[in-house]
Amino acid sequence: MSATKTGAAVVVVGAGVTGLSAAWWLARSGVDVLVLDKGVVGWEASGRNGGGASHYQSPLFHEEQRLWPQMDDLLGYSTEYRRERLIVAVTPEQLRHYHYMADMHGELGYRVDKLDAAAIREAVPLAGDNALGGIHVFFGGHANPQRTVQAYAWALQDLGGRILQHAPAIRLISSGGRVSAVETPRGTFACDALVVAAGPQSGQLLAPLGVRLPLAPARAEMIVTEPAPLMAVGGVDGNGLYGRQTLRGNLAYGGGPHEWMDVGPLGPAARPSTPLLRNLAKRVAELLPKAAHLRVIRSWAGVVENTPDGRPVIERLTNPENVTIATMSGVGFGLSPATGHAIRDLVLDGVCSFADLGKLSLARFADLPDDWREARGWTAAA
Amino acid sequence: MRDAVRDPHAIDGKFPPPERSSQIVVIGAGPAGLAAALDCARAGAQVLLVDENPVSASLMADDAPLYFGQRMTGAVQSKARMIEQVFAANPGLEEVFEAGVDVALGTYAWGAFLEGEGTRGLSGPVVGLADEDRSWMVGFERLIVAAGARDLALGFPGWDQPGVMGANGLHALLTTYDAFAGRRLVILGSDDLALNTARLALARGLEVAAVVEVRDKAQGAPGLLAMLADAGVEIITGHVVQLAEGGIDGVTRVWLAPTRGGAARAIACDTVCQAIGLVPAIELLDVAGVMLTADTARGGHVPVVTDGVRTSRPEVFVAGDAAGLGLDREAAQAQGRAAARAALDSLGLAAGPEPTLMARRVAETMAYQTDWMRALLGQGDGAVIVCQCEEVTREALLAVRQPTYLGPPSNNARDLRSLAGDGPINQDQIKRLTRACMGVCQARRCREQVALTLAVAADVPVETIPLAGYRAPVRPLPLKVLAAWDEAGAMSAGWDVWFGIPTQWTPYDDIGTDREGRHAEILGGDMHL
Repeated sequence: MSATKTGAAVVVVGAGVTGLSAAWWLARSGVDVLVLDKGVVGWEASGRNGGGASHYQSPLFHEEQRLWPQMDDLLGYSTEYRRERLIVAVTPEQLRHYHYMADMHGELGYRVDKLDAAAIREAVPLAGDNALGGIHVFFGGHANPQRTVQAYAWALQDLGGRILQHAPAIRLISSGGRVSAVETPRGTFACDALVVAAGPQSGQLLAPLGVRLPLAPARAEMIVTEPAPLMAVGGVDGNGLYGRQTLRGNLAYGGGPHEWMDVGPLGPAARPSTPLLRNLAKRVAELLPKAAHLRVIRSWAGVVENTPDGRPVIERLTNPENVTIATMSGVGFGLSPATGHAIRDLVLDGVCSFADLGKLSLARFADLPDDWREARGWTAAA
Repeated sequence: MRDAVRDPHAIDGKFPPPERSSQIVVIGAGPAGLAAALDCARAGAQVLLVDENPVSASLMADDAPLYFGQRMTGAVQSKARMIEQVFAANPGLEEVFEAGVDVALGTYAWGAFLEGEGTRGLSGPVVGLADEDRSWMVGFERLIVAAGARDLALGFPGWDQPGVMGANGLHALLTTYDAFAGRRLVILGSDDLALNTARLALARGLEVAAVVEVRDKAQGAPGLLAMLADAGVEIITGHVVQLAEGGIDGVTRVWLAPTRGGAARAIACDTVCQAIGLVPAIELLDVAGVMLTADTARGGHVPVVTDGVRTSRPEVFVAGDAAGLGLDREAAQAQGRAAARAALDSLGLAAGPEPTLMARRVAETMAYQTDWMRALLGQGDGAVIVCQCEEVTREALLAVRQPTYLGPPSNNARDLRSLAGDGPINQDQIKRLTRACMGVCQARRCREQVALTLAVAADVPVETIPLAGYRAPVRPLPLKVLAAWDEAGAMSAGWDVWFGIPTQWTPYDDIGTDREGRHAEILGGDMHL
């Protein structure tokens, strides 16, 4: 049981996609790495999301797009990644909205075609007469979150990296401006460098070090149907939904109101669904009328941490100087191949080799008032 | 103090009041549910009693809620006729109806939602109901779950064909539906469940060729055994199913192998009824967030209870098989009355004398099921299907292999043993990797089988395998039926594809430029790809 007794050159707190990808990138560079998790790999939002792989707004976007098509080969395990997305509008407002997005992507140098009603209906066999048009995105795409998380974990282990499950980080032990070890109920693990990618729990873990990471957790939910015949492009969404047709054929969609909540140091006690699944079912039936007879067989919910501006924080801290933090504010899954690369660079080289991450620094929240959640109504309902 | 500001895209305030409300909602019109509904109504409470029977023929075809094994006659195609049949088969329904209970037959209870951590945005406690055409929400003050039990299904070569079914499925087809299409049965198991199943089949004029017991001694009451033997039923102990052979109409004969080795023997039959065990129907309770526990004395995963009928949630009570197995009809009725009494007490409604709870017949059901599973795993090879919906084989399950639609396995170096080395075995994790339990039957045919297989393979008691969680809707319902077509205006107005944070979607290079404001103005927070 060496894993429970020894530390590592780099300890990563959190076996979600971000922490696992970072650990995998570090292990690829020959670094001895140990990932600690409060539970099972990918058990929170990393394994419970829409699987989208396109985040044009991020400085990591180009790296995200470069890496996804290679990930199955790089990891050695299937992520179920598929390129492309079709976004279907069923109202004129949605159509304007999606076309604006198409222009935005064009400016970034990526191909997006605007489709009229006939073209979108042909491209999306399950769409109906209510489809007014849409866009065809030739990059991005989607993957299976659960399989991807496990692929990272296995790939990491294949490189000699270690993962210790059911080992929640309780305290970061620091001295002289450095974190020297992580305390868990399963032992204390020494480290030369630390990566904190602990989702909603990251803020509580860092607070005793004087690091203020403002986060507001919220629960979001999705529904899943029985399998439908496979569409040529499974990455179909729109009508206020995110989601995809899985490679098995299931339609998996989410969207709509979220529930702000508080999360303790051990994570969410439960991830309940609500009658929102009826509103999701309505929108899926509108999006894909030819699938409206399909039965909903599952729903799920995940808890996502949000920063005040909804943008990630990815930063190597100055004090403690051997700590790198990453919280992705709801876009962690898709960006994970690139985020891991960035974290690897920050840990080993102190700077990201392929993108300027300056605007993702914690410094932008320096003047944030303490009651920022209350001020926005980002708190659990009474 | 500032006025409470609320995020316009948060869920609170978005749910309308439920379409209707009932002071007490009882789920399940079996002995426990009927007794509970009757006592509640007699005490003056407003009661809605919901029962899903008759379920649609398409649901039966997918073995929901019971394991029907495709052995139903065409009669089940007519819902109108089936409603008459269900009403006639259950005299208690007329009694509660006359006592003023609002009875909803053919109505699925697909979810129960209580306010709590992560669900503070509800408009109050609600249960989700549906029929074949639409779904709706019903508010309640107290919920009594008497949802009964479903069938334990175990796999063996040939089990994935018509004619292999469960004891409660058979019972429902013989009684509630009067629509059983089989003639000659072999019954697996020899506990009272199996023996009573055999007795019922004989009483309905069917042939029972044999009762098969994996252990060396028959398990049930000696009197019942003697009665069956007198009726010509062969009691075969120390045997396990080796193979169910069949043709286009399903099973034609079953091969039984001695557990201690030796030649197998064949018995002609059209139905193999699995009467090895039942599973408390806790789906709604899990969805509602009621605390559950694995209790071998109550037959599996069951709600944590005080006084037998109170759950961890003060709004929710349980009775009958859903609260734990081992009660006979009379005891289930007594428990239904106790649940009614507890619910009425909590509402401050006067009630009669405290009902007396009757003893539970404590059985070592999980060890018994494990014995069956271990013996079945000794028959057939790795190609035996475990999960029919997703076509997951035993071999794939134990190898934690990716599904076949992804092509040749990429994770050959990983298996159940390696996953166990990473941490305790977790069925939900293995489900995600293999897809076992992810199909349209909502794991009714394989949830327990997978847990038992994992337990045998890892040599741990099955009760240590964490429950693979249930999720709403707990019945497979079409999108167009589940849909909230009458969605509230607040929901539509506040809908956003993600969290509704406009700054989240600003292209990185535009942050801090005047383009940022333009993007936010045009797109709001709704820019997710």
